[in-house]
Amino acid sequence: MSSALLGAAAALGVCAAAAASLTTARWRVMVTALITMGASACALASAATVLHSGRDASFHTVGLIPISGVSFVLDPFGALFTAVTAVVAAGAALFWIGYGGHGLSSRSGAALMPLFVTALLLVPAAASVTTFLILWELMAITSLLLVLVDHARNPAAIEAATWYAVMTQAGAAAILAGLVLLSSHAGSQSFAAIHDHAAHLSPTVKGLALLLLLVGFASKAGAVPFHVWLPRAHPEAPSPVSALMSAGMVNLGIYGIVRVADGLLGGAPMWWWLLLLSLGVASALFGALNAATSSDLKRLLAYSTTDNMGLALLGVGASGLFAATGHQALSQVALAAALLQVLNHGAFKACLFLSAGSVQSATGSRDLDSLGGLLRRLPVTGAIFIVGALAISALPPLNGFVSEWLLLQTLAHGLPSAVTWVAIAMPIGVATLALTGGLTAAALVKAVGVGFLGRPRTAAAAEAIEVSHYMQAGGGILAVICVVLGVAPLVVLPSVLAAVGVVAGPARHGLFVSGWHIGLVGAHSALAPVGLASCLVVAVALAAGARRLAQGRRMAVRPAEAWGSGRAAQTARMQYTARSFAEPLERVFHDVLRPDLDLDVTTVAESRYYVQEITYRAAVDDTVEAHLYRPAIAAVSRWGSFARRLPNGSIHRYLAFGFVSLVLILALVR
Amino acid sequence: MTPHSAPSVLLTGAVTALQLALLVLGAPLTVGLMRKVRCRLEGRPGPPVRQPLKDLRKLAGKERIRPQYASWIFSSAPVVLVGSALTIGAIGPFVSTYPFLGASADLFVFVFLFLVGSVALGLAGLDAGTAFGGMGASRAMTIGALAEPALLVAVLAISIPARSPNLPAIVVGSLAHPIWLASPGRLLALAALVIVVLAEAGRLPVDNPTTHLELTMIHEAMVLEYSGPDLALVKLGEAMRLGLLVGLLANLFLPWGIAQTQTLGGVVLGVVALVGKVGLIAAAIATAEVFMAKLRLFRVPELLAGAFVLSVLGVVSALALA
Repeated sequence: MSSALLGAAAALGVCAAAAASLTTARWRVMVTALITMGASACALASAATVLHSGRDASFHTVGLIPISGVSFVLDPFGALFTAVTAVVAAGAALFWIGYGGHGLSSRSGAALMPLFVTALLLVPAAASVTTFLILWELMAITSLLLVLVDHARNPAAIEAATWYAVMTQAGAAAILAGLVLLSSHAGSQSFAAIHDHAAHLSPTVKGLALLLLLVGFASKAGAVPFHVWLPRAHPEAPSPVSALMSAGMVNLGIYGIVRVADGLLGGAPMWWWLLLLSLGVASALFGALNAATSSDLKRLLAYSTTDNMGLALLGVGASGLFAATGHQALSQVALAAALLQVLNHGAFKACLFLSAGSVQSATGSRDLDSLGGLLRRLPVTGAIFIVGALAISALPPLNGFVSEWLLLQTLAHGLPSAVTWVAIAMPIGVATLALTGGLTAAALVKAVGVGFLGRPRTAAAAEAIEVSHYMQAGGGILAVICVVLGVAPLVVLPSVLAAVGVVAGPARHGLFVSGWHIGLVGAHSALAPVGLASCLVVAVALAAGARRLAQGRRMAVRPAEAWGSGRAAQTARMQYTARSFAEPLERVFHDVLRPDLDLDVTTVAESRYYVQEITYRAAVDDTVEAHLYRPAIAAVSRWGSFARRLPNGSIHRYLAFGFVSLVLILALVR
Repeated sequence: MTPHSAPSVLLTGAVTALQLALLVLGAPLTVGLMRKVRCRLEGRPGPPVRQPLKDLRKLAGKERIRPQYASWIFSSAPVVLVGSALTIGAIGPFVSTYPFLGASADLFVFVFLFLVGSVALGLAGLDAGTAFGGMGASRAMTIGALAEPALLVAVLAISIPARSPNLPAIVVGSLAHPIWLASPGRLLALAALVIVVLAEAGRLPVDNPTTHLELTMIHEAMVLEYSGPDLALVKLGEAMRLGLLVGLLANLFLPWGIAQTQTLGGVVLGVVALVGKVGLIAAAIATAEVFMAKLRLFRVPELLAGAFVLSVLGVVSALALA
């Protein structure tokens, strides 16, 4: 049953691509998006069946690809990722009907979209190295082309796509090398065989393979220092594609890491987990800090993806450390917390990217400093964005809070019985969660406050018109999911535990889910999300009732001019901008961010005390890009120009090269 | 360490109502007490202790005014601020160790509930559409973000001996093992928490609650546009947050007197003890404030980094003893 549904999802995805190339422009997006939603629904049903029954869905074909064939096995662990992608894809496809998009509604753009979705849905089901790599490449190439669909209107997309192409192919090469290494030692390319052979691997081979795969998968997850493509490609892509990339594709980096380390190899050495944990900490802090200082709405969201994936990596790393030190139950809880984080991130990030897309199509801009006051012009889109923003800031009673709470509980509970390395890692993990939590709250208060509240800063923002119902519904569904998962995480926790059971051994009951409570066994602490949510609602209602009572019969709230130090007629330009909002943080973290500031004061010729004009320019470039990649690129191009001097057109020199090479080959091969 | 017999629903409800009543009435009185102490130390008679309550009543009777460009966020923020504080007051162990939803009364939950109020005020500040609102929001969110690591790591240090961040479990455990209270881990965490409480509650040396000088305001700049019943709610909310933080400090570091049984005598003793402890700590904070000047905004991160180091030391020494 579930296998048939998975097959149907794949078939529908291909059908959608075919439909996109056959239908006329008038119906193209509608038909393609509806079939894509059908594919997502099939995949979701298949994943739900697998998660509920615990039985794998599988199909193998021999003929589809020569020699290796194609083999799919969707186990509960993969099914969790497929389910997240399916929900995100359904929301994004619904949004797409209203969005249309210039490049995205072209024949090629519309055909690429369902192919990308299908690849995303099927990657977690791949059960052999070839199948996995083919789907992985399909996912990379379709998403790369989707970033480029609007290149004619948006030249920035070309540069973003270049970065993305290089990083994703370098990552894929590392994954290819790692998987080939493992499968050559196992003598078979099926994941099952690699798993069975894992115990016989030498530590060197295992370590090398793990390192290669970590680089490959961490770059897909957008972890620092492999994140540089992410804040470029995600903002430049059309918004439904941004949502799919940021809420669906990056998850597969986490999937790959857990699948290989826990699933295929049955554990990894301690140093590797510590490395993973450090990557997580670095990504979380760097992502949160850059999100807090970005003033481009989608770039801010892209950095916060790096931040959230960092938190998930932190959870996975902690899980591995607990397993390596013999705390099985705790290790499973940490992994469950990480997976819950991935799932929740999928919901709120898709919601945020889709509503950011609505803002962009309503105002034509995604620069926060040219928005403002949008909540009154776009009440529904604004409300959706606010729900997503509160969820990502981990505020109760929304979903981000539950995973962050669980992660904190695990780290706190794992501390007393830990060995030295773990005891050092855990407080760092807690501090990371704390600082990123605070910075994310600051970033999203900035995004909501500067973008949606206050007064419109430009005419475009003042005249924005609410987007179509499809676009509202696409983001709205995901906003509702954020609320539901926050109030009732018990709906998905059994599935998360089933997924954890596949890779981290049978459940040892480290996490209990009883009635309305979730908590850690032995921690004397349990979260009652429904109780907490109803408590908050009642308390807020009480406060509102008290204010209503105080108001008595005078219902009207009188609008008045705001205080401007006695100055009449304030303008929208006097408001705090995104830049000025982030200025204190920029100054505090000056050494990390290295903002590029430029102040130019020109004075009147007669007296230098009379200022004629002041120009102030501030830009925060990505530190990692500026101090790691730029020098590397410069070094490579220097080497290139040096190498260009070798072939000078002289035939004697070329003959000499040929001779030297021949001698070298003879000497080496013998 | 956890309560063995489930306390009756009715009694728990009564205790919760008592805690909430104490919070709503007691928090403004705490603010009044702090003002009184400060004035007396400065040689002025000062307003009566109940003045903040009178102010609230006066404000509640006034007209509601909003900035002309503000949205529904502006009018819902005070309600959310008070609501989140009431939630903490309901589930926290202040009078008795059997609060409503006691199992969820986790220090981590409290931190995030506090964040709800801070985010609501930050958004409201930006919603006013003025330079001041944004300035206050920006500064408050920055300080909040920087205070967070010290806060959560201090929580971690406190939770190590009890092996749980659950507040009732920590309080009950500390009463059973008073040695925990004098352990270096707990004392270092106390030092860190005091700094964080001063920052979160907007007290000196981080923010001056009495200033209206435009360029030095943090909290006051954010709520500058509120008036009438909304301002009453904001004032009540901030007083409640101060009261809650001081009450938490009181029960974490001086847990004696809190009701461990659901008897009338125990609860009365709990109330008396709580009032006494909170009054004492509030008076101590007010006294210390007389001798302090406000720090420059960009010196505050150094203070908070110091608090973070103290809390990390707290974790290390708690682990050494665990």
